[in-house]
Amino acid sequence: MDILYLLIPLSVALVFFILAGLWWAIDRGQFEDIEAEGDRILRDD
Amino acid sequence: MQFANMQATTYNDKVVRQFAIMTVVWGVVGVIIAAQLTWPELNFGISWLSYGRLRPLHTNAVIFAFGGCGLFAAAYYVVQRTCNVRLINDKVAAFTFWGWQLVIVLAAISLPLGLTQSKEYAELIWPIDVLIAVVWVAFAFVFFGTVGIRKVRHIYVANWFFGAFIIAVALLHIVNNIQLPTGLLHSYSAYAGVQDAMVQWWYGHNAVGFFLTAGFLGMMYYFIPKQAERPVYSYRLSIVHFWALIFTYMWAGPHHLHYTALPDWTQSVGMVFSLILLAPSWGGMINGIMTLSGAWHKLRDDPILRFLIVSLSFYGMSTFEGPMMSIKTVNALSHYTDWTVGHVHSGALGWVGLVTMGSMYYLIPRLFGQKRMYSVKAIEIHFWTATIGIVIYIAAMWIAGVMQGLMWRAINADGTLTYTFVESVKATFPFYALRLLGGVLYLSGMVIMLWNTIKTVSMGRSVEVQIPTLAPAH
Repeated sequence: MDILYLLIPLSVALVFFILAGLWWAIDRGQFEDIEAEGDRILRDD
Repeated sequence: MQFANMQATTYNDKVVRQFAIMTVVWGVVGVIIAAQLTWPELNFGISWLSYGRLRPLHTNAVIFAFGGCGLFAAAYYVVQRTCNVRLINDKVAAFTFWGWQLVIVLAAISLPLGLTQSKEYAELIWPIDVLIAVVWVAFAFVFFGTVGIRKVRHIYVANWFFGAFIIAVALLHIVNNIQLPTGLLHSYSAYAGVQDAMVQWWYGHNAVGFFLTAGFLGMMYYFIPKQAERPVYSYRLSIVHFWALIFTYMWAGPHHLHYTALPDWTQSVGMVFSLILLAPSWGGMINGIMTLSGAWHKLRDDPILRFLIVSLSFYGMSTFEGPMMSIKTVNALSHYTDWTVGHVHSGALGWVGLVTMGSMYYLIPRLFGQKRMYSVKAIEIHFWTATIGIVIYIAAMWIAGVMQGLMWRAINADGTLTYTFVESVKATFPFYALRLLGGVLYLSGMVIMLWNTIKTVSMGRSVEVQIPTLAPAH
């Protein structure tokens, strides 16, 4: 099952990529005052 | 960096209009092969019309033409409305439209001709794969570029789903389509045997997860709150839903290869990850449905909302059924039977189909300067024909599937098989006829939608929508 040597590292890399995305979002304050964001899209037009 | 479109005062709805119309047009394809399963003579002895060639055309048309155009339209519309900015580049956006239509036309020509690389949901030959990759990179540029120049600090949850869908599909498409071309029309896969099967189902199931789930969840998180005129039930849960889903999705694929040459432990990993997926899936489903909490009466007289909410019920059903079918013992009965076909169609017709139709009924009048569709009554009729069609279809396939599974495993006292294969085919005939009836009902709903769309569009005109100026930052 040599293919797992490609697919498993690829998934691990992807998990780190997703973690970086999550970290970025938290760091940039994307999730502060979170419930207000749900209302905002109703007021945009 | 500065982009001209950062200062634009109107939205780019032209490309949204184009994709929205083509979604409806491509939706009217696909029932003939159901008829062929019932009456194989319907291929008329013409190789171009044989089941083996029309089947990949059917799946490609539904997923990439109907579903794909719907996703492009929704992603372009939602990203502009939630970021308060015009798409970053009009020319590249137009390229994604014409490029994607070219992919669809090439698929419609090459598949009936019998040109295929024999990978399910990735049948298209390598030159078309290259074109898909180019269009997809352009799509990623337009989408992420637009998020990059947004005028609103927060990135709305629907955009996260669209973004994950775009990145994951690019990765899956490229890894699964690594081929060695032997000519313009033929190539060999870089992987062989069970290795190829593993890559194929890693691609295949993640295409379900990111194309047919994440993308349409993006649609759901925008159009349900808009149509219901209520914020999503729990915005916090929607964020948890997103991260939980994308962290756990990638390894469900091996459940397509139970009891094959794939190592046993890999099959078990696939099963465990499939079971885990129930949690985020149902979290999202409940979040969407509960958005109507306190406003359930809206379901009584709003057929669009009914489309959207019933789509979520089908999403809930098939995301329960899927993990259950991935359990090895259940799979021993269900695999290779029509139960799988029923499962796929409860997801495709029920979830993907209905959520797209509901979203298009919301979008189309707005894109053409109208308050509502030409006929609300017709939306109502479409809703009922579609829903009844799906129920007939999946119930027939459930019964047929369990029956086939039981017939195939039935053993006499002396250890011989009780039934021959052809006996199970014969026993399935009435259920194939019922499935055709369900398919015809679903298709007739789609034809009603096409008529309603033509009427709405011809009454209205393309409008330029002003980008509202935001109140100063809080």
